[in-house]
Amino acid sequence: MDVEVEYPHEGAVVVRPAGRLNMVAAPALREVVDRVVAEGRTHVVLDLGATTFVDSSGLGALIAGLKTARAAGGDLRVAAVPAQVLAVLSLTNLDRVLRPYPTVADALA
Amino acid sequence: MTGTRAEIRRLAAARARRLVVVRVLVVLVALTGLNYLVWRWTSSVSWPAWWIAVPLVLAETYSLVDTLLFGATMWRIKDRGNPPTAPRDATVDVFITTYDEPVELVMRTARAALDIRYPHRTWLLDDGARPELRAQAEAADVGYLTRGADWQDHERHAKAGNLNNALGATDGDFILVLDADQVPAPTILDRTLGYFTDPQVALVQTPQLFSNVPHADPLGSQAPLFYGPIQQGKDGWGAAFFCGSNAVLRREALMQLGIVGYVREVDRSVRSALRAADRVLARAGRTPEARRPEVAAALADVREAVRAAQGQLTQGEPLADVTYAFQRRVDAAARGMVSQDVDRLRADLLEVARLGIDVGDAAEPADEPADVVLDDAALDRLAHRDWSPLGALESVRTLVRAVDIDRSDEAQPVMPMATISVTEDMATSMRLHGLGWRSVYHHETLALGLAPEDLGTMLTQRLRWAQGTMQVFLRENPLLQRGMRLGQRLMYVATMWSYLSGFAAVVYLAAPVVFLCFGVLPVTAFSVDFFARLVPFLLLNQLLFLVVGRGLATWRGEQYSLALFPVWIRACVTAFANVVLGRPLGFTVTPKTRPAPGRPQWHRIRPQLVALAVLVLAAVVGTVRLFVADAAPVGTAVNVAWVGYDLAVMSVVITAARYRGHVPQEEAV
Repeated sequence: MDVEVEYPHEGAVVVRPAGRLNMVAAPALREVVDRVVAEGRTHVVLDLGATTFVDSSGLGALIAGLKTARAAGGDLRVAAVPAQVLAVLSLTNLDRVLRPYPTVADALA
Repeated sequence: MTGTRAEIRRLAAARARRLVVVRVLVVLVALTGLNYLVWRWTSSVSWPAWWIAVPLVLAETYSLVDTLLFGATMWRIKDRGNPPTAPRDATVDVFITTYDEPVELVMRTARAALDIRYPHRTWLLDDGARPELRAQAEAADVGYLTRGADWQDHERHAKAGNLNNALGATDGDFILVLDADQVPAPTILDRTLGYFTDPQVALVQTPQLFSNVPHADPLGSQAPLFYGPIQQGKDGWGAAFFCGSNAVLRREALMQLGIVGYVREVDRSVRSALRAADRVLARAGRTPEARRPEVAAALADVREAVRAAQGQLTQGEPLADVTYAFQRRVDAAARGMVSQDVDRLRADLLEVARLGIDVGDAAEPADEPADVVLDDAALDRLAHRDWSPLGALESVRTLVRAVDIDRSDEAQPVMPMATISVTEDMATSMRLHGLGWRSVYHHETLALGLAPEDLGTMLTQRLRWAQGTMQVFLRENPLLQRGMRLGQRLMYVATMWSYLSGFAAVVYLAAPVVFLCFGVLPVTAFSVDFFARLVPFLLLNQLLFLVVGRGLATWRGEQYSLALFPVWIRACVTAFANVVLGRPLGFTVTPKTRPAPGRPQWHRIRPQLVALAVLVLAAVVGTVRLFVADAAPVGTAVNVAWVGYDLAVMSVVITAARYRGHVPQEEAV
């Protein structure tokens, strides 16, 4: 899995994990989120447009990221969520916690 | 291992025949049992002696329900035979959990784990964080995991927490869990992984047996009926239990359990925090400070925010959005309060300066009022400082912290292994079944462990199991959980029900004593009616045990289920106090070493010794009354026989108290 990072404006960051976000890739995503939040970019948007698959360990990384961002006074949002990921969110009820934003721009607002 | 096709067919036919016999027996036991019990309730309760008659008929009802649940378990007894072939490319982590077991014992298990044939990684999960064990693990090329800084000042959740911590540090598809003493066979993964080719299978449990137990098994350590017919029966109903060790689990299933649990806990805690918020704000509104208009306005603002958040939750808005908006709103309200406060402060100071009054430390800013100007960042800091001047603000800030999605009360927001009970295994498998995952019981000994070798340790262990089971019964009752099928619910209830036996045991011990000493009969008569109904039931029940047990040593288990009645009662009472009244479970610390040789631990079985003495005394008194008081001969005979049975069963505790640990045959010679 590749993780691309983009800085749209002060304090915000867009993180793009591409490919399979599973138990092997989850630690890498957690590290990226920890790093950007430590740098002061506490408004984190995860662009899942290029993510082909997420398992429960991947969801665990989302929750860890949300905790990190909140602890720093910011927020973590998920955007452009593909159908498979939406299905997993709904299966685990995680959509009760996280709102899937249609686009990155919506999530940055 | 792999027989010819004809042999496999022959075995399958034998299994089918046996199942027919078992089912016929179950039906007969159920019919005779119900026939007896209906007669007992309708025609034979001695109402004048209700104080013993009613407890007895209730105890008998309890026992019949227990028998019927056992029968239901046996109805679907499932012998899986040879397992499917293991997949080629699965990744496996082997977890060996330890807390304070001797280093040599742990390393023996670790070395055996390294020798498991299927490719895997071996990890020692050392909750004792012992440097010596770390050094030996590293020398043996075994992974070593211990709790990190995240766990400081947080509830550790014992073994469940230890496993959850390790799940966060590893990434294998499957996890083999081993207790520190359970030495695995090299084939353990080859024989179990095949079941996971069914993508819905989350758990494969294998038996737990102990190598340091003599044939007579004085402490009842082996559980041949449970790791055999009972688990096979539960398996038939799709409800084979996780028993904490010698089991392989699918990581994805556990992680999913963790996510679902996280959502449930966040939802629950946010709702309860908002309810508490309403109460705190109402209280804050009654303080003298709240009479100041700006404070009153801020409180009203926050109260409005609480109401809005509750409304959004009702409409199904995502929790992260609700809590985020709520926190922002409360922050703004709090900032408003502080900035108005500073305005007042500055006004006061200016006034102080104008009047030229010396105000001590406060005089410095009074000379230069411009310094009091606070930028937004400073205001933020002020609003987050603990010395904030307004009491109400403190309450508000506590609320904000509580209404969040991060489960700051726990070291890990996501906890795959259930932590609602001191026995994490049963609770975890019940939640897995609730999510639709399947489980397998594979009846083949693939690991050998070490059982406690003294009465004290054994009693502590049984107490823990019983307490854990009753915690789950009270916290997440299988009859009330979502997602499980009826058969699965019944299998969990069956195990929990059996732990209530302590109360029935007291009645069974008391009833013959009451008759022999005072001549009070709890049944209307020991007549032909009575025996004609009871005896067939008892005989058929024993026959069922014989058929399903197929020569297994089930007598020990039968003895201990009665003889440990004080343990079962204590477990029920303490678990109730813990779950319902919020009291600690009150563990006795498990003794780490064997007791001094030659000193039986009589003090640990005092209630049983008292019961034994009373039973013997009652038999003597009853015999004397036969001649002196003209007591009923049949009643006396029945009750003396009953006492004899109780004595035979309870005597096991005397053997246990005198037991001094296992001496292997070769050494004993």
